Amino acid sequence: MSTTTPAVAPKAVPPPSGLQERARKAKKKLTSPWASMIAVVIALAWTVPTFGLLVTSFRPELDIRQSGWWTVFGDALAGEGVFSLRNYEAALFSRSTSLIDFFVNSFVITLPAVFIPITIALLAAYGFAWIDFKGRDILFVAVFALQIVPIQITLIPLLRAYVDTGINGTFWPIWLSHSMFALPLAIFLLHNFMRDIPKSLVEAARVDGAGHVKIFFQVILPLLVPAIAAFAIFQFLWVWNDLLVALVMGGTDTFPLTVRVAELAGSRGGDWHVLSAGAFISILVPLIVFLALQRYFVRGLLAGSVKG
Amino acid sequence: MDWFLSAGDDPVHKLLLMVIAIALFVVVMALILFVVDRRRNPSKWFIAGGFVGPALILLTLGLLLPAGGTIVNSFQNRNGSEFIGLDNYIRAFSEPAFLLVLGNTALWVLVAPLLATFIGLVYAVVVDRSRFEKFAKALVFLPMAISMVGASIIWRFVYEFKPASVEQTGLLNQLVVWLGGEPVQFLLERPGNTFLLMVVLIWIQTGFSMTLLSASIRAIPTDIVEAARLDGLSGFGMFWRITIPSIRPALVVVLTTIAMTTLKVFDIVRTMTAGRYGTSVVANEFYEQSFRQNNAGLGAALAVLLFVIVIPVIIYNVRQMRLAEEVR
Amino acid sequence: MSIRMASKRRTVALAAAGASLALILSACADTDDGGGSGDGGGSDAAAPALDCSVYEEFGDLEGKTVSVYTTIVEPEAETQVASYEPFEECTGVTVEYEASREMEAQLPVRVQAGNPPDIAILPQPGLLNTLVSQYDAVLPAPEQVEANVDEFWSEEWKEYGTVDGTFYAAPLGSNVKSYVWYSPSMFEEAGYEVPETWDDMMALTEEIASTNEGATRPWCAGVESGDATGWPGTDWIEDVVLRTAGPEVYDQWYQHEIPFNDPQIVEAWDTAGEILKNPDHVNGGLGGVDSIATAPWTDAGYPILDRSCWMHRAANFYATQWPEGTEVAPDGDVYAFYLPSMSTDERPTLVAGEFIGAFTDRPEVQAFQTYLSSPDWANAKAAATPAGGWVSANNALDPELLATDFDRLSAEILADPATVARFDASDLMPSEVGTGSFWAGITEWFASDASSQEVTDTIEESWPKN
Repeated sequence: MSTTTPAVAPKAVPPPSGLQERARKAKKKLTSPWASMIAVVIALAWTVPTFGLLVTSFRPELDIRQSGWWTVFGDALAGEGVFSLRNYEAALFSRSTSLIDFFVNSFVITLPAVFIPITIALLAAYGFAWIDFKGRDILFVAVFALQIVPIQITLIPLLRAYVDTGINGTFWPIWLSHSMFALPLAIFLLHNFMRDIPKSLVEAARVDGAGHVKIFFQVILPLLVPAIAAFAIFQFLWVWNDLLVALVMGGTDTFPLTVRVAELAGSRGGDWHVLSAGAFISILVPLIVFLALQRYFVRGLLAGSVKG
Repeated sequence: MDWFLSAGDDPVHKLLLMVIAIALFVVVMALILFVVDRRRNPSKWFIAGGFVGPALILLTLGLLLPAGGTIVNSFQNRNGSEFIGLDNYIRAFSEPAFLLVLGNTALWVLVAPLLATFIGLVYAVVVDRSRFEKFAKALVFLPMAISMVGASIIWRFVYEFKPASVEQTGLLNQLVVWLGGEPVQFLLERPGNTFLLMVVLIWIQTGFSMTLLSASIRAIPTDIVEAARLDGLSGFGMFWRITIPSIRPALVVVLTTIAMTTLKVFDIVRTMTAGRYGTSVVANEFYEQSFRQNNAGLGAALAVLLFVIVIPVIIYNVRQMRLAEEVR
Repeated sequence: MSIRMASKRRTVALAAAGASLALILSACADTDDGGGSGDGGGSDAAAPALDCSVYEEFGDLEGKTVSVYTTIVEPEAETQVASYEPFEECTGVTVEYEASREMEAQLPVRVQAGNPPDIAILPQPGLLNTLVSQYDAVLPAPEQVEANVDEFWSEEWKEYGTVDGTFYAAPLGSNVKSYVWYSPSMFEEAGYEVPETWDDMMALTEEIASTNEGATRPWCAGVESGDATGWPGTDWIEDVVLRTAGPEVYDQWYQHEIPFNDPQIVEAWDTAGEILKNPDHVNGGLGGVDSIATAPWTDAGYPILDRSCWMHRAANFYATQWPEGTEVAPDGDVYAFYLPSMSTDERPTLVAGEFIGAFTDRPEVQAFQTYLSSPDWANAKAAATPAGGWVSANNALDPELLATDFDRLSAEILADPATVARFDASDLMPSEVGTGSFWAGITEWFASDASSQEVTDTIEESWPKN
C-alpha cells in the first residue's frame, strides 16, 4: 500500500540491519500484556464456534439436541462414550454417488475459475494503473461500482444465453460465470497493489525501450506474486464454497461438493447433524490450500525488493 | 464438438477438459498481447484495448447488461409483461416495515465493515511478528474457508435457546446461565438481534481484512517506524500516528470491499431469522421477492435500491483515489 | 443424482459395507436401501407386475430419456428412483433424476431461461399456479393422465392440479397433516385416553397442565424452518379453521371470498391460541410461548421422547423425522392420533401433496406422466419404500403394500368417505400471503404479544388487490 503522510525514504534499498533490528524492537513493544490478551480473546472468539461444530459433528444425533457440545469433555473424562462416527458415515457413504465425483467436480470448476479471472484482472488492472488513456478513471470507477450487482439478477439472462448457445449443463458456463463475477473485485484489489509499485521502476524500464507487454511481464508480475497468491486464495475460497452458480449454471454431471453438502440436510432439512459432518469434509481442501500458501500472507503484498 | 463441450460423468475427461479450457484461454490471451506488442506506433487506445478489453467485454456481458435489464424490469410488473411506471418503488416504500428494513441495511453497512476492519487491524497489529503469527492468523482466517451452510449451523449452536430447566445447547446461553442469568431468546430481542446477525458476517470477513491489512503493515518502511520510535512513540501512539496513516489506502480498500459485500448479504439473515423479528435487510427482501414470491418487478426495484445505496461509498472512493493520485 | 449412476450405487453400498458393518446392519434392518439386494432399490419387494401394453400406444420409446426435477433429495430420493424402475424396464426409457432443496427457487429461473426439465414434481399447487399464470410454462395434462386422475382420484385432488379450468398436474404423493403425535406408553402410564373430540382434548390438556413440572407442558410446537419459517404454524391454524368454522368457510377463506380477518377466522386463531399462546400449555421442553417461533420444526416433537412434552401436532411425514431408532407404532415409542374435531361424526382433515408438471410433450414424457398418475406407480412406490413415511390418496393404492401401520392409518383416513379433506390453504393462497405474510404473521404471533386480530388484520392488508 502506498504511504501518504509520513515522508518516504529511498525505496528499494534495504535499511541497514542495525536499524531493522531496532525497528523490530520498537514493534515488539506493542506486544504488551494487553496486546497479548486482545490477541488471545479475538483468537478464541473466532475459533470456539467452529470448534463447537467440530465436536458436534462427532456426537450422536440425540445428544446434539439434548446437551451442549462442551459437556462432552466432562462426560468423556467420566468414561462415557460420547463420540460416534455415525454422522461421518452418513455424510460419506449413505448416498448413491460417491463423494470422489463431487471432489473432482469442485476441483475442475475451481482451477480455471481462479486462473482465468485473475489473469484477465491483472491485465485490466495494469491497463488502469499504467496506461494513460482517455476516460480511464471513469471506466475504472464503473468497473469498481459493478461490485454491487447481486449475481442473482444475472442468473436468468446469463442462463438464457447459455441455453441459446447450447453450452448449459457443462463446465463451460460455470467457468465463464465465475470469471465474470470475480472481475470487479479482482480488478479493484489488484489495481491497488499495482499502483503501489514505484513509478521509477516502470519509468526506468520504459526508458530502456520496453513496451507495455514487456513491462507487465518482466517488471510488474514478479513484484506482484505475493498479492496474486493472496487474492488467488480468496477467489479459490469463494469458488470452492459457491453453491448458487453451481446449482443454476451446472447440471448433475458438474455439481461440486457444496451442492452435495447442502443436500445432506435431507428433503425436509432435519438432518443437520449429518450436515455438520459434511461441512467439515468440505472445509478440508480450503484449509490445506490456505496452509500451503500461508507464507504469502505473512509478508507484504509486494515482493520484497520494493519496500521495507 | 460434443467432446469439447461435455465430459459426461467421466472424471479423466473432466480433468482433460479443464486443462483444455485453461490452455485455450492462455492461447487467446497470448494472441491478444502478441498483436498489441507487434503493432508499430500503436495508439494508447489500441494498447489499452488489449489490456482492458477482455475484462470489459466479460463485464459488459456478465454484469452490465443484466444490471441494465434489472433497471428496466424495475418498472415492469411481476413477470415483465407490461410497464407499470414507478409502482414497484411506491410499493416497496409503502410496505409498513420498509423503513425498518432500510434502517437495518444502513446499520449493517455502517457497523459490520467498520468492526470487521477494526478487529482485523487490531489483530494484525498485535500478532505481527510474534512467535505464533502463522498459527494465530490461521485461526482468524478459518471462518473464510467455511461455506455459508456450515456457518449457519455453527452459529445456531451459539445462539440456540433452551428453557432454564433443561440443559442449554447454545454456547451463549450457557455462558449466561453459568453467570447466573436466565436464558435469553437472542434472535427475538430487538434491536440486539440485528447486531447478533452482524456478528456472523464480521466473524467471516475479519479474516479478509486481517490478511490485507497485515500485509500492508509489513510494507510500512522500517525507517519510518524507527524514526517515530526515536521521537518517543510507542504502543498506542505508534498505532495511531504511524500505522493507521501509513496503511490508510489499504483501510479504504478493505472497508469498501466489505461494505459492498455487506450490502449484498442476505443468506445470514435468511437462514437465521428469515428476516423476521425486525431483522430484514434490503438484500433479503430482494431475494424474497425475486425468488420466493416470483415478483421480478418488485425484486428488480429492490436491487436498484441497492445500487443507489452504494453511491455514497463510490463517491467516497473516488475522492480517496484522487487524493492518492495527488500524492503519487 | 442421475439414473446413469445407478450402477455406482451398488459399488458404494459395498464400500459402505466394508467401512461399517453397523451401518449396513441398520440399513438392512430398517430401510433396506439396496445394500443387501442384488439389483438396487426395492424391486425385491412384492411390487405387482406392470402391464407394459399401456405404454405401447406412445410408440417405441427405447433409448429415450426423460428428465425429472424434484425437491426430494437423498435418502428419500432412492425410493423415488426405485419406483421408476418398472416403467424403465417396460419402455426402455431412462429417467434422469435431479433433486435440489433449492428447486422451488430454481425451477422458475430455469423456466424463464428456456431450460425447463421435462417433468417437475411440484411440492405444492401454488408453484403450479405461478408457473402457469405467470410464465405460461406448464403443458396441460395429456388425456391418458386425465383419464387416470378421473378414475383413481377424487374430484378435489383433480381440482388442485387445475388452473383456470385447465387440468395440468396429476397428484403424486399425499400427506395427512391432521395428526397429533404422542407417546403411547406415557399415556398408558398416566391413564390417559386418546381424545375423541376437541373438548376431550382440551380437557386432557387442562388435566395434564395441572401436573406441569419444570419445563414439562402438555404441548410442544416449533415453526422454525429456515427461510420457510412459519409454515408448521399455518398448518395448525388451518386445522383449527376446519374444525371451528367448517370446510365451507375454509374454502371461502382461502379464495378470499371472506377477508382473512373475518371474525370466524379470528375465532379459530383464538381457539388455537388457547393451546399455543397459553404458557401453561406450551412449550414442553422448549421454553415459553415465544420459543415456538425459534424451535426448529424438525426437532419440536423430540421433547416427547424425554417426557417433557405430551402432544405434538405434525403431519404424517413427521414419522421420518424422529431420531434414528425411535419406534413409530401403536405400542412403540411414539404414535399419532387424528387431531379431533368438534364432534365424532365429522372428520375434517388437512392434506397436502405433490403434483406432476410437464414442460414438454414428447411421447416418452407423456408416457412417463401417465405412469406416474397410475396406481401402478403408487403401488411400486409403496413397495419401494420399506421404511414407510409415504402414502397416496390414489384410491387404487393397495394398503397392504404400505410399509407400516401408521402409513396404513393415513391411507385409511384418506380413503374414508367420512373424511372431508381440505388442501393446505397456505399453498392455495396467493404467494404474497401463502408463503409471505401468513408465515410471517404466525411467527410474529408466537414471538410477540400481538393479538389474533392484529395479526390477521396485517395479513388481510397484504392480500394482493385486484
